[in-house]
Amino acid sequence: MPIGRSVKQRAFFSLIFGFALYSFYVYTSGTTETADRVSISQAGESGRLLYQKYNCTACHQFYGMGGYLGPDLTNVMSAPGKGDLYVRALLKVGTDVMPNYDLPETEIDALVAYLTYVDQTGRFPEPAARKTWYGSIEIDD
Amino acid sequence: MKKDFIPHLFFGLALICLAGTLLIGSVAGIQYVYPSFLRESLAFYKIRPLHVTFAVSWIVLAIFGGIYYYLPRICNSTLHSRGLSRIHLYLFIATGAAIVVSVSLGIFGGREYMAFSPILSIPVLLGWALFGFNYFKTLYKKLEKWPVYLWMWATGIVFMLFTFTEAHLWLIPYFRNNMVRDLTVQWKSYGAMVGSWNMLIYGTAIYLMHSITKDDEMAFGKQSFALYFLGFAALLFGWGHHTYIIPVSPWIRTIAYIISMSELVILGNIIWNWRKTVSSSLKYADLLPARFLFSADLWVFLNLVLALVLSVPALNVFTHGTRVTVAHAMGTTIGINTVILLASVFYVLSQRYSTILERHCKMINRGIWVFHIALFSFCTFLILSGMERSEWMNAETSLSFRELTLSVRPYLIGFLVSGLGLATGVLMIIAPAFKCLHCFFTGNAQDESALSESDALYCGEV
Repeated sequence: MPIGRSVKQRAFFSLIFGFALYSFYVYTSGTTETADRVSISQAGESGRLLYQKYNCTACHQFYGMGGYLGPDLTNVMSAPGKGDLYVRALLKVGTDVMPNYDLPETEIDALVAYLTYVDQTGRFPEPAARKTWYGSIEIDD
Repeated sequence: MKKDFIPHLFFGLALICLAGTLLIGSVAGIQYVYPSFLRESLAFYKIRPLHVTFAVSWIVLAIFGGIYYYLPRICNSTLHSRGLSRIHLYLFIATGAAIVVSVSLGIFGGREYMAFSPILSIPVLLGWALFGFNYFKTLYKKLEKWPVYLWMWATGIVFMLFTFTEAHLWLIPYFRNNMVRDLTVQWKSYGAMVGSWNMLIYGTAIYLMHSITKDDEMAFGKQSFALYFLGFAALLFGWGHHTYIIPVSPWIRTIAYIISMSELVILGNIIWNWRKTVSSSLKYADLLPARFLFSADLWVFLNLVLALVLSVPALNVFTHGTRVTVAHAMGTTIGINTVILLASVFYVLSQRYSTILERHCKMINRGIWVFHIALFSFCTFLILSGMERSEWMNAETSLSFRELTLSVRPYLIGFLVSGLGLATGVLMIIAPAFKCLHCFFTGNAQDESALSESDALYCGEV
């Protein structure tokens, strides 16, 4: 016996309702923790716009998401041997892979501020990620 | 205007975008191995968004062409408004051209996969809205019972509109000023957006199989609808496997894990029905569209296995941020989505131009073999390169990123050669399709051969 139309409609709208609730949760309490700990500065906000303007995500990643021609930048500001001067040097002259964008000092300052903010939001890869017996992970603060 | 002019025009544009995807993708592959290639004029930060734009355009334009062609036939009536379909087409042509030009000139402002200025998203959204309006108005009160593919297309359209809008929530400070929320919502929208166009594509596949086999169970059966609802749940809740490693609330991770593992049901269904699938594929092996669909089945199986592995959080920590993810994305986009859409294109073209296509059967069949072998090699090299990076990321190593890049270079060379092979295979397949479309638009009746209902395009083995 085929599934009746009313059953299909009930299933459809139940999923929609569940999705609406879940989306509300994701938009609100599901993702508030970081904002309680760290906020973006005005310079960082300018840096974010520049990151989009120059499409840095084409080659770089945050939290492993982005293009893979370049390295992940999530924690480049706090990584051993990297940090402020390292990032400024690369932004100033580029590399044999990364073009030289001829960035003025103000834009370099803004990008550094943005990367500093990102660095404070979390870690990638996450060394504190503990694997559970059922295959999930738990990330401690 | 000639009958089915708009669907054929959508198909023509889609195939042009597919050719563009291959060309730009080849340049990108070369740049992985030789980063200085075209660095001054078309550096990778331009090439990647161009490749993505052409690839997504191929997919959506082919979807539109198919649905505009099939829908009136399913409803046994005309499209609600051909005028709206023309406006839809012109909007996409104009916006697509604007995106390509702006990205080529280095004008960005958007996010990953939609790197173009967000202003250009407005006509894209409007085009989808017109398409959706036309779809629902055409269907309104026409059919007592909807086959599953009409449900899938309807779901795909509605959720493309929603997720495309959601992908722009970063424009609101509340979302963009919290990095974790920003990234999470971005990948929530992208994950569900891919699910939406998968609904449109798999709906097309089921329509084609229903048309070829005349098996009503496929279109109206309980199992078909059960799998549809499973896919719908995955669309709504499964996106979280993209963001396991982001410091979100644990509930988001848990729900995504459970929903992603529900795809084991689909894998089980494929394994349980493998005998029926194989005998069907042998029965219809000479039908070109069916051949594409059955080869897509193989890639569904392979990619599902990979996707299930990637969706286990404890394993995901090793693959996230590596080219293993790229292998999954490419494997599905090329091996499943592109193959199904090629089935759709050839199904439509074979209704009118079977003579042309039969003359090129040998080339098409050889192209299919080259395509599948190259794609397998392509994905394998991506996985190998990804595993090397995973080891670098997760082990305690003093290797620099540059040294890592040098160590994976042999895999990237293999990836480039495979990619060029893949491009060759696709071009061998689609060249005859261009010929058919040329005949259609120039009104060349010489090669037209109208098929009766029982006729189909048979393309025997090489």
